[in-house]
Amino acid sequence: MSEGEGAHFYREGALDTSHKAILYLEGLNVSFDGFKAINDLNLYIDAGELRCIIGPNGAGKTTMMDIITGKTKPDSGKAFFGQTIDLLKLSEPEIANAGIGRKFQKPTVFESHSVAENLELAMKGDKRVWFSLRAKLDHEQKALIEETLETIGLTAQYHQQAGALSHGQKQWLEIGMLLVQKPYLLLVDEPVAGMTHQEMERTAELLKSLAGKHSVVVVEHDMEFVRSIANKVTVLHQGSVLAEGSMDEVQQNPRVVEVYLGV
Amino acid sequence: MFSQILKNDRGGQIMLVVLAAVLIVVPILNLAVAETSALHIPTYLVTLMGKYLTYALLAVAVDLVWGYLGILSLGHGAFFALGGYAMGMYLMRQIGDRGVYGNPELPDFMVFLNWKELPWFWQGFDQFWFALLMVLFVPGLLAFVFGWLAFRSRVTGVYLSIITQAMTYALMWAFLRNEMGFGGNNGLTDFKDILGFSLQADQTRVALFICSGLALALGYLLCRYVMNSKLGRITVAIRDAESRTRFVGYKVENYKVWIFTLSAILAGVAGALYVPQVGIINPSEFSPLNSIEIVIWVAVGGRATLYGAVLGAILVNYAKTVFTGLMPESWLFMLGALFVLVTLYLPQGLAGLWQPLKTKLGHKPEVAA
Ligand SMILES: Nc1ncnc2c1ncn2[C@@H]1O[C@H](COP(=O)(O)OP(=O)(O)OP(=O)(O)O)[C@@H](O)[C@H]1O
Ligand SMILES: [Mg+2]
Repeated sequence: MSEGEGAHFYREGALDTSHKAILYLEGLNVSFDGFKAINDLNLYIDAGELRCIIGPNGAGKTTMMDIITGKTKPDSGKAFFGQTIDLLKLSEPEIANAGIGRKFQKPTVFESHSVAENLELAMKGDKRVWFSLRAKLDHEQKALIEETLETIGLTAQYHQQAGALSHGQKQWLEIGMLLVQKPYLLLVDEPVAGMTHQEMERTAELLKSLAGKHSVVVVEHDMEFVRSIANKVTVLHQGSVLAEGSMDEVQQNPRVVEVYLGV
Repeated sequence: MFSQILKNDRGGQIMLVVLAAVLIVVPILNLAVAETSALHIPTYLVTLMGKYLTYALLAVAVDLVWGYLGILSLGHGAFFALGGYAMGMYLMRQIGDRGVYGNPELPDFMVFLNWKELPWFWQGFDQFWFALLMVLFVPGLLAFVFGWLAFRSRVTGVYLSIITQAMTYALMWAFLRNEMGFGGNNGLTDFKDILGFSLQADQTRVALFICSGLALALGYLLCRYVMNSKLGRITVAIRDAESRTRFVGYKVENYKVWIFTLSAILAGVAGALYVPQVGIINPSEFSPLNSIEIVIWVAVGGRATLYGAVLGAILVNYAKTVFTGLMPESWLFMLGALFVLVTLYLPQGLAGLWQPLKTKLGHKPEVAA
């Protein structure tokens, strides 16, 4: 089950990033009971890019991820994965199998399963009912689990119940679950909340190492962290893009200073 | 193979050993020991125990969906009753011309209703194999269709429980109608024999008791096998974090439908074994209260253990037998009180009492094999 350019796609054919971008969001609008959480949002993510998204509380960052992953359907607008895959037509599992992985703002792991089992469940592969009944981990998959545990520093916790992990460890495990999914696009919502400084540095290293092979979108409040990983930053405000550019450019943008950074 | 399935299941091992012993000893004490002996077990007790065993299988079915999948079904009595009716229809056809009206084709209640011929949905039920197939098929199909509709529209939690309850309630009213062709209020009864063996004979009673025990054992092993597989781990993942499961690529609805259907089939088998032992099936088996009782058995025994469900079903029903004998009106109150007490003080049920013991004995948690 090796991963590569020629990998197989669920339903809508192959992921086509021939025009550079892997994710297109155009003219998206979402309102909750009349409140516009997303307001004419336009955003493009390039293949292999590591993009940071910042913005005050309630800016719509999580809602944007909800749209991309199929949890929330927008009132209007377009969301495409590559040139061909219309995300708005797919369900959550279909989007996941097409190659978009997500880490939630509040870490959610399968609490009553062991750390290794969490990775087993998240791993890329046949996810149909009858297949699951007979599925056994092969050598390659076991090796992938061990390798991933190494990467996320949870090797010693192999058999531990995930519910018993610390907050930071759960964050890591969730990142690990993302990795074994082998997605093309990773959406990472506030990955370093609850982490120590040291853990944060390791997370930064990991996310940076992922870029290139994968496209990564990171939502984060911690400015220092964002500065340490981002080439390009998008500032979201009241459901639309306020500014885009390098961290320095963005920080000097007077409108950004006004609504967010200056405070 | 058994040892593989029961590898980390000490409770299940003990339960099955005890069950095997009971299935061997009870028939001997009934059939081979003289009635005058103090050791003799009268046939009515054998049948009572057989009834408990069918309840235990029903409880295992409910534990599968409630304990492992997190769906609180308050309608499983319906699947049990449908399995029971399928068996009852076979037993009715077996009566032949020995009914009160002596009609070789039609069951008494149809003659009474002035029906001239057997309705289409009664065709085939004179064949045992066909009836058995229907025992599996009818509850399974209902669960599949119901689950497909409910889970696809993402009905969950309390709403789902309410519609399962509504389902069994609606079926109760349907089966109460004479025109439905299932004997109305009286249901199906006055059975004479099964596969040519008299239902009154001790040997038949014992055989039914043994079949109930075997069905329980096989049902248990099947559920354990499924729950030990990756499918089982996904089931628990859906219970604990449904939307997370979706975001790693599982079509949660499909999983729910299949587990729900499997559970309904097991409940149907339990019902089919229940009916020849108690000698009657009527619409009261669809009563919403019955389905709630099953949930209480599982709660008392302990959810998501399977053997807890067996224990709970047997103990609560034993208590019911004892107390309805002593003070019939008080049983419902006691059942309610039991549920409240268990919920407050024993959230893991009786099985939870021995969990700490298990950790002390150095039990390792299950791991990805
Ligand atoms: N399901 C919902 N129903 C109603 N309102 C919602 C819903 N989801 C989000 N909102 C509202 O939409 C707005 C945007 O929320 P969102 O969670 O996307 O913000 P965010 O940028 O992720 O904020 P934070 O930094 O606090 O995580 C908020 O005002 C929130 O209250
Ligand atoms: Mg958020």
